[in-house]
Amino acid sequence: MKIKFLWLYLLLVGSFVHSAHADTLYITLEKDNALAIVDGATGKLTKTVKIGKRPRGIVLSKDQKQLYIAASDDNTILIIDTATLKVVGRLPSDKDPETFAMDPNGEFLYVSNEDDNLVTVIDIAKRKAVKQIPVGVEPEGIAVSPDGQWVISTSETTNMAHWIDRAKLEIVDNTLVDPRPRSAVFTSDGKQLWVSSEIAGNVSVFDVATKQLVKKIGFKIPAVTQEKIQPVGMRIDKNRRYAYVALGPSNRVAVIDAQKLEVIDYYLVGQRVWNLEFSPDEKRLYTTNGVSNDISIIDLENRKVIKSVAVGQYPWGLAVKP
Amino acid sequence: MKFACKTPLIGLLCLTLVVSAEAAPKKTALPEKEPSKPSPALTANLSVAYLAQDKANPPTLPFFLTQPADVGMQGARLGIADNNTTGRFTGQSFQLKTNQLAADADATAAFKQRVAEGYRHILVNLPSEAVASLAKLPEASNVLIYDVGSSDDSLRGENCSANLLHLLPSRAMRTDALMQYLNKKRWQKIFLVTGPEEADQQYAAAVKRSAQRFGVKIVAEKPWQHHFEERRTPESAVPVFTQGVDYDMLVVADEAGIFGDLFAYRTWQPRPVAGTQGLIPSAWHFTHEQWGALQLQNRFRDQAKRWMTEKDYAAWLAVRAIGESASRAKSTDFDKIKGFMLGSEFALAGFKGVPLSFRPWDGQLRQPVLLSTDRSLVAVAPIEGFLHQKNELDTLGVDQPESQCHNPTHSGNGQKP
Repeated sequence: MKIKFLWLYLLLVGSFVHSAHADTLYITLEKDNALAIVDGATGKLTKTVKIGKRPRGIVLSKDQKQLYIAASDDNTILIIDTATLKVVGRLPSDKDPETFAMDPNGEFLYVSNEDDNLVTVIDIAKRKAVKQIPVGVEPEGIAVSPDGQWVISTSETTNMAHWIDRAKLEIVDNTLVDPRPRSAVFTSDGKQLWVSSEIAGNVSVFDVATKQLVKKIGFKIPAVTQEKIQPVGMRIDKNRRYAYVALGPSNRVAVIDAQKLEVIDYYLVGQRVWNLEFSPDEKRLYTTNGVSNDISIIDLENRKVIKSVAVGQYPWGLAVKP
Repeated sequence: MKFACKTPLIGLLCLTLVVSAEAAPKKTALPEKEPSKPSPALTANLSVAYLAQDKANPPTLPFFLTQPADVGMQGARLGIADNNTTGRFTGQSFQLKTNQLAADADATAAFKQRVAEGYRHILVNLPSEAVASLAKLPEASNVLIYDVGSSDDSLRGENCSANLLHLLPSRAMRTDALMQYLNKKRWQKIFLVTGPEEADQQYAAAVKRSAQRFGVKIVAEKPWQHHFEERRTPESAVPVFTQGVDYDMLVVADEAGIFGDLFAYRTWQPRPVAGTQGLIPSAWHFTHEQWGALQLQNRFRDQAKRWMTEKDYAAWLAVRAIGESASRAKSTDFDKIKGFMLGSEFALAGFKGVPLSFRPWDGQLRQPVLLSTDRSLVAVAPIEGFLHQKNELDTLGVDQPESQCHNPTHSGNGQKP
């Protein structure tokens, strides 16, 4: 008996110590209608749970107790309890929600409604849509500036970044960007806005104060045709030292010197790499690879892709909980 | 919405309550769904005309193959709607004047009238001979004509005009796409069956040119007369017609769709069919969903209540090319739009994964070609591995050195890198 208890004790303590350093990944599986849960430190798939139809965009709540997940074919955003992994509510996102962003206080969500050319603003606490803002054709990328002043919506066919004043919830300016803008990301200091263009195959960096273009960053990978280089998801580290861009069917993640705005390396990851997320300490980068049905884990300190983890069909988005 | 779902026992009940309560008042909770009025004070207008004509002697098709009357026009309408969504932010407004002429109407007169009314961007969905003669009218010299209905190679070759742009893939592009695929599959022996119509002959000519380019051998070629006498049925005629030849794939040239469908499953040997029937190269197909295409398919279906055809797609592309150029050139001025559209910066997103642009030597829009069967998308050409020194899309169709269009005024600043 004693031995048994010792084992139990070690197991409990061990897992406690372990979890203190670990992070948990939540990955939406577009074709499996499910959510995969992966331990970031060990790279083990721990659980898969069925959720709504065609889950795509995923955001962790400010208190980290809930996940918001766009169930595109259910025309809703699901609220999922991170402890029980049960659906505890729904947010009225309107038709076909795909991507959305949360404001810095965690009070509102801004949702791209691709088919209706709208951005829906949701009050999370009230579970209510408070406004719909008409934007360009096929809104896709959406981002809120760290100071909460701007909401940026990029529309794929109109080829614009719309500058929405967050206080007024009105478009106050529009910037033409390269064809099929996909993702928009602010640097953590809020000084720059980065927009990736799938068809142009580049990333445009804008100065937020002047709304002027700073630089267009192109990509060139030996033995990969230019058409395969389709920039989608992006992440920029807190110190704006390095930025990472998922390059879709080229199966690469580009590493960019975020000060010089120059590409310095490419990581080979799974097929059709779509979205990216850091571990909380920014020592690892996780990628969802839609076609190879796995995620890649990149060790950023040693600059190495260390693992790929099979998670299920069409991994789309991911959120990381410390 | 204040439900306190605190105890786990009533959690499920609570959830159901929340869900149903949310579902009902959703519509009323959303204030404005109407697009707001143009915000910029000054709106620049741009009018686009669309001209089409009913066929004089349409071929007799099976009862289940009726063509909707608004093929092409619906694509132009959707393009205008898309342009106007963008135009709300750029202060540009687009209008469409459509004209579907009766078979015996005078297309030239209708075209001249549009020009006289001031239209300078005119989409035409007309037979290739009509397009060629319209383009050569003195009235057309300061106009851009967008050919959204023809695949004719001569219209892009010896009969080309500087004011003429082609949105559908040429026959040469289509057959190149097919031959690239056959080359990749190593199905390199084909049996070519050509129908009696002029268009069929032209399709067959394109097949021959492409076969030679991509190492495919035409091991047999037979004309199909298509007259079934008494006791001569497809069941009896097709096996005999295809007997005694060793080939990999039967390629049919039957653009009107009169007889090509009779071949599959009736040939002497079990062989697949491609060309104008079977595995078909086209600009657009309802099974295509990659690269965001599903969004265009959905948008079109919402508007037209039917699937998008390739002529709808061509007309949509034409209107989008105008809209994209107007927003990039920040102007609705004809010369500025034309300059941008035919310049090296023009990159049109056509939901086929790569930027589309016009070839300066013949006004053809470069684009991938879809290879599909009835209900399945099989491949998208250019097929991987077929390389080109400038743009892989130029492995499809007539490249600059071989172009018969010696009218070097599809101006702009040369081709894209």
